[in-house]
Amino acid sequence: MFPKGTKRKFSDSGEEPVPSGDPGPVVSSAAAARTLSSSYSLQRQSLLDMSLIKLQLCHMLVEPNLCRSVLIANTVRQIQEEMTQDGTWQIMTQALAAAQCPADRLVATEVLCRQTDAAAQAGQSPKPFSVVGLEDGYRSEEAVMEGDVESEVNMSTLSPVSPQLTSASYLAGPFGMGPCWEEEEEECDEDEEEDSEECVSEGEDGDRDHLTADSRTGEQVFGTFEIKHPAPPPDPALEELFSDVDPSYYDLDTVLTGMQSAPKMGPYDLLESLSSHGPTALSSSSSCRSDLNELDHIMEIIVGS
Amino acid sequence: MLYALIHSGLCALSADIISTVEFNYSGELLATGDKGGRVVIFQHEQESKNRPHLRGEYNVYSTFQSHEPEFDYLKSLEIEEKINKIRWLPQQNAAHFLLSTNDKTIKLWKISERDKRAEGYNLKDEDGRLRDPFRITSLRVPVLMPMDLMVEASPRRIFANAHTYHINSISVNSDHETYLSADDLRINLWHLEITDRSFNIVDIKPANMEELTEVITAAECHPHQCNVFVYSSSKGTIRLCDMRAAALCDRHSKFFEEPEDPSSRSFFSEIISSISDVKFSHSGRYMMTRDYLSVKVWDLNMENRPVETYQVHEYLRSKLCSLYENDCIFDKFECCWNGSDSAIMTGSYNNFFRMFDRNTRRDITLEASRESSKPRATLKPRKVSTGGKRKKDEISVDSLDFNKKILHTAWHPKDNVIAVAATNNLYIFQDKIN
Repeated sequence: MFPKGTKRKFSDSGEEPVPSGDPGPVVSSAAAARTLSSSYSLQRQSLLDMSLIKLQLCHMLVEPNLCRSVLIANTVRQIQEEMTQDGTWQIMTQALAAAQCPADRLVATEVLCRQTDAAAQAGQSPKPFSVVGLEDGYRSEEAVMEGDVESEVNMSTLSPVSPQLTSASYLAGPFGMGPCWEEEEEECDEDEEEDSEECVSEGEDGDRDHLTADSRTGEQVFGTFEIKHPAPPPDPALEELFSDVDPSYYDLDTVLTGMQSAPKMGPYDLLESLSSHGPTALSSSSSCRSDLNELDHIMEIIVGS
Repeated sequence: MLYALIHSGLCALSADIISTVEFNYSGELLATGDKGGRVVIFQHEQESKNRPHLRGEYNVYSTFQSHEPEFDYLKSLEIEEKINKIRWLPQQNAAHFLLSTNDKTIKLWKISERDKRAEGYNLKDEDGRLRDPFRITSLRVPVLMPMDLMVEASPRRIFANAHTYHINSISVNSDHETYLSADDLRINLWHLEITDRSFNIVDIKPANMEELTEVITAAECHPHQCNVFVYSSSKGTIRLCDMRAAALCDRHSKFFEEPEDPSSRSFFSEIISSISDVKFSHSGRYMMTRDYLSVKVWDLNMENRPVETYQVHEYLRSKLCSLYENDCIFDKFECCWNGSDSAIMTGSYNNFFRMFDRNTRRDITLEASRESSKPRATLKPRKVSTGGKRKKDEISVDSLDFNKKILHTAWHPKDNVIAVAATNNLYIFQDKIN
């Protein structure tokens, strides 16, 4: 059933699991999160993680399968809606936000997307997206990501920008940049040029990492990959982890020439933040490391298959 | 009606994974397309007198490269040469025509035979060299002489640049003049003679792509009513449209959807409800849809639920999470009717394929593999054990090979002959006579 060496993380039941006997105390509606059996919660979280990886890991050379991406994105949305109802979503985003760098560095995708070129150019140095594809439709954008790993995490980006911007809205559309895709070709050209220049200059900045996310899904689902100057005091442990990463690896040219394997940075960053959360506190970076081995393993399987 | 199938002896090995299989209208020809952009056509040989128990075999008739890999410079993406679909045109003269498509471009191919050659030209020699004009002293009329049969395939039309998204279906209309092509978000109507433009008849692309939640998965023209077509979606719905109603058929005439069973709801419910194939019955009264776990037969006059549902591999329902993890849950299985619409067939994993008799409600699971298919051998029914105790000859769910999937099958329009594509092997089975 599985490729060799795959480790099963949980039971295979795809159906709503019966909540296992959780001997927790009777909970009030306010503590709805705790009523969920931990196994169901874990399963759901696992499914969410898996789905997000799938969205991100799309082949760069050939246009990805839109149907598959839509179905995965809908699944993510479904999980997220349920988690919102449970209250676990807010807990997670808050926990992530708490552990992260100043939120004002994070900007939601749509906000950036809606901005005209003028606004985008106005001050925020690197534009977060370079529109590689010009037609409407699905093409990966390059998302520029902060070198500091914790920061990029997706979910939390919501809170700082606009509390009203519910999870639903940022997950709403993984497909394309919305308004951006409808722009004239000329504008997009300009954007791209601008971005290339920025990318080149950024390449020298060791703090920056570029993540190539598959267009729509990667983008929207993760909320956003920000980048702003300058990085806050980086976590020394994480710095050490990623010190050997060559930022220029992720610049535009590399993307366009087609990277066969997904950048190992991205999923790790994502997973690191996702895998260990839940209603419980975020794990420290040291425990992230133990997760990384497992993630490494998963990555091999996914990329290998 | 369930009959014993025997292996007809054809087990063609393709260099690449077979991606589509289609009989022509008479069943005389069988076309396959593969991942490398090649089309191989098999022809049915007449029954031979010394082997009357066989209907005759299929042998290679023609092979040609239909599509080449391309590169979209605008998006910096490759366009795969994989043939997604082949559809034959009804035969109108000695030549055969078929439409083949990859993700972006549809081509009309003419396959014609040449078995005569003109000899006795005045101006050139037999080997083609020009004759010295001064040597020509008399005129002669060239004569047609028989030659070895040569089958030529030539592209007659190329229908390009009409699809932004990946083409998943093509379907020839009953008027034999038009055909439709469907991609993830749009459906276009073409005239076979006109390549530089097409009519867009369905467009479900949202103004804001961020709002996209549903895509078109398959489309087909009605076999008799040239104004009617259907298309299926990733949410498990089918829309029937009438082209007389409006130029843009965004509003359906009929909407087919089965209400969801709340007790089996899971995070995978939507994914497994996504329809991978839709086929009208030959009669035009029914249509069949294939979703991940089942095949459903719909009466076109009843929209709220199918009239028949057949479970293909219900034992996979408890494995959906694993199948999601290894992406198998996104496999697109096709389905097909037999000539009389009394039976339907679809593929499964482990090189199994399933046939359902609509009248007797009996079903059978068979395997297409070299090991179990010696020529003329009767296929043995297979069974997957679902319970605890595995009987002899049964195979347990965990032993199934999910890399061996039968996505493409075809049924002869008149006879009980079927073609089954198992990765890069093509099997042809027929029923035992006497």
